[in-house]
Amino acid sequence: MMSFLSYLKDGISLGSIYAIIALGYTMVYGIAKMLNFAHGDVIMVGAFIILSSITKAGLSPALAILAGVVLCTLMGITIEAVAYRPLRKAASPLAVLITAIGVSYLLQNLALLIFGADAKSFVTVIDVPALVLFDGKMTIKGITIITIIACIVIMSVLTWFVKNTKPGRAMQAVAADKDAAQLMGVNVNATISLTFAIGSGLAAIAGLLLCSAYPSLTPYTGSMPGIKAFVAAVFGGIGSIPGAMVGGILLGVIEIFGRAYISSQIADAICFAVLIIVLLVKPTGLFGKNIQEKV
Amino acid sequence: MKMNKTTKNNMITYLMVIAAYVIVQTMSSTGHLSRLLSGLLVPICVYTIAAVSLNLVVGFSGELSLGHAGFMCVGAYASSIFSNIASDMPSVPRFIIAVLIGAAVAAIFGVIIGIPVLRLRGDYLAIVTLAFGEIIKNIINILYVGVDSEGLHVATSSQNFHVAADGKEILKGALGISGTATLYKDLRDYFFLIGVILVLVTLFIVQNLVNSRTGRAIMSTRDNRIAAESVGINVMKYKMIAFVISAALAGVAGVLYAHNMSMLKVSTFDYNMSILVLVYVVLGGIGSLRGSIIATVILYALPELLRGFATYRMLIYAIVLIVMMLFNWAPAARDWRSRMMEKFFGKKNEKEAA
Repeated sequence: MMSFLSYLKDGISLGSIYAIIALGYTMVYGIAKMLNFAHGDVIMVGAFIILSSITKAGLSPALAILAGVVLCTLMGITIEAVAYRPLRKAASPLAVLITAIGVSYLLQNLALLIFGADAKSFVTVIDVPALVLFDGKMTIKGITIITIIACIVIMSVLTWFVKNTKPGRAMQAVAADKDAAQLMGVNVNATISLTFAIGSGLAAIAGLLLCSAYPSLTPYTGSMPGIKAFVAAVFGGIGSIPGAMVGGILLGVIEIFGRAYISSQIADAICFAVLIIVLLVKPTGLFGKNIQEKV
Repeated sequence: MKMNKTTKNNMITYLMVIAAYVIVQTMSSTGHLSRLLSGLLVPICVYTIAAVSLNLVVGFSGELSLGHAGFMCVGAYASSIFSNIASDMPSVPRFIIAVLIGAAVAAIFGVIIGIPVLRLRGDYLAIVTLAFGEIIKNIINILYVGVDSEGLHVATSSQNFHVAADGKEILKGALGISGTATLYKDLRDYFFLIGVILVLVTLFIVQNLVNSRTGRAIMSTRDNRIAAESVGINVMKYKMIAFVISAALAGVAGVLYAHNMSMLKVSTFDYNMSILVLVYVVLGGIGSLRGSIIATVILYALPELLRGFATYRMLIYAIVLIVMMLFNWAPAARDWRSRMMEKFFGKKNEKEAA
């Protein structure tokens, strides 16, 4: 029983990191209708920026996090403007997807050239005492608590932002129908830029939390969590903000249980099997809306 | 001899491959080929087959598959296991059967994967093929296969894996399969020829498929799914045909790869390998088979030949990939290109129009 609870805790902890990454995915996918393959690599870049601003530039953790978020936001906007926007009206839907793969590769290889291939150990940025439960039978690490709180806060703020502010409602309009939104005076380019800005800023925070929980950073750190977070976003229903959170946490729990009770070597396979089953049984995910394709 | 345009076009591609083979072979027999370069010849054939087969899915069926390395992996392992079991067969028929087994097993996986995947579209299809590639890798990674006098043993962990002393352990989980290439010592010098023959067979299959009624149906599902459905084309069926043939041919690429290597490890067939093949397809031109071949040969050989460039290889690939996509597909770039064409070749175009 105790080990079950402990696995559950690990699962929720991993899942809330997936959830934060998935929030970025789901925002971009819901609004720009594109799979941003480079999202996982923005996470990696964010973690590297935070790490180097602390170890190389000697900034305080708070300033370093700020630097990471700001630089990632700028990077997200730049990537969108340079690589994705020109292809938004391309004849083939594959064009933007392949470009996104190119961007992902570019970020990985730039990081490889700048920081090298060997794993860097991430510094402790968040120092919160662990929570001890059941007379010491179970400890919840400080970073786990922070991750879960961060996840809930980000989700609530994003939900509020999308529902109640003018730019948020513009996002909803662009997600529903780009052309109609444009006719109603919504600046589609600016709205999509804003989405990428938010998604990439969140990616920096996700990078911080990911590397605080698993403190080893390489240029490839972001790619697998990025893909799994996409699985989480699909699981929860792509485009849905609460869906990303629920999907992320469920996926984290499934992965940890799979690792513990089935086999640690095929935990990734179990995660991906979840994706395939979800897409076969309920392609719109848990919270997704069904959209009919029209001629 | 009078040939129609398609036949002529196909012939040019075959002749190009044969000419390349003849040139390389002459250079090699007169000793003008460095060891480094001759080591690249078979891998170039492997990637050429992979790129041509991926182009069938990406270029003609219009779906992005990111699990191509998975099919290569399946073909490689299935055929290596066969070669090791049937090691007392003469090597030529053994290799032919190995190729057929690799293709057949990859095709079966193509069907299994295609049924769920082809119901999806675009981005979802890409991510699910990627997921399948990872699942295949994960499963082969824990698989143990051995053979002894009692027959075949298959296990999923080293604890449950027992092979009698007279038998041999073929696949040892993450350690992979070793020594497949030594089973083909007598064919060693002919591997490049075999590779070229397999490239030609692949080209023959794909070119004939593309120019057939089936091929046109496949392209119609790419261009407009709904219109294709409305004229009575079974979209699922034709997408499936393209997907399974592509998987089988990728399996053949895997067979060639596995039999040329002394060590076969599952970690080679990762996501990066799928992307590399995709880069060849995109740079050669989506939908152009000849382009795929040329791009593979140049992109595979160049970084290996230019030392020092190797560190920047992937970076340059990434940039070239993005720039090529923008240049070829962005509406603004297309307008600009057609304006430039008009400016420089304006008169010629008018003549053609008249």
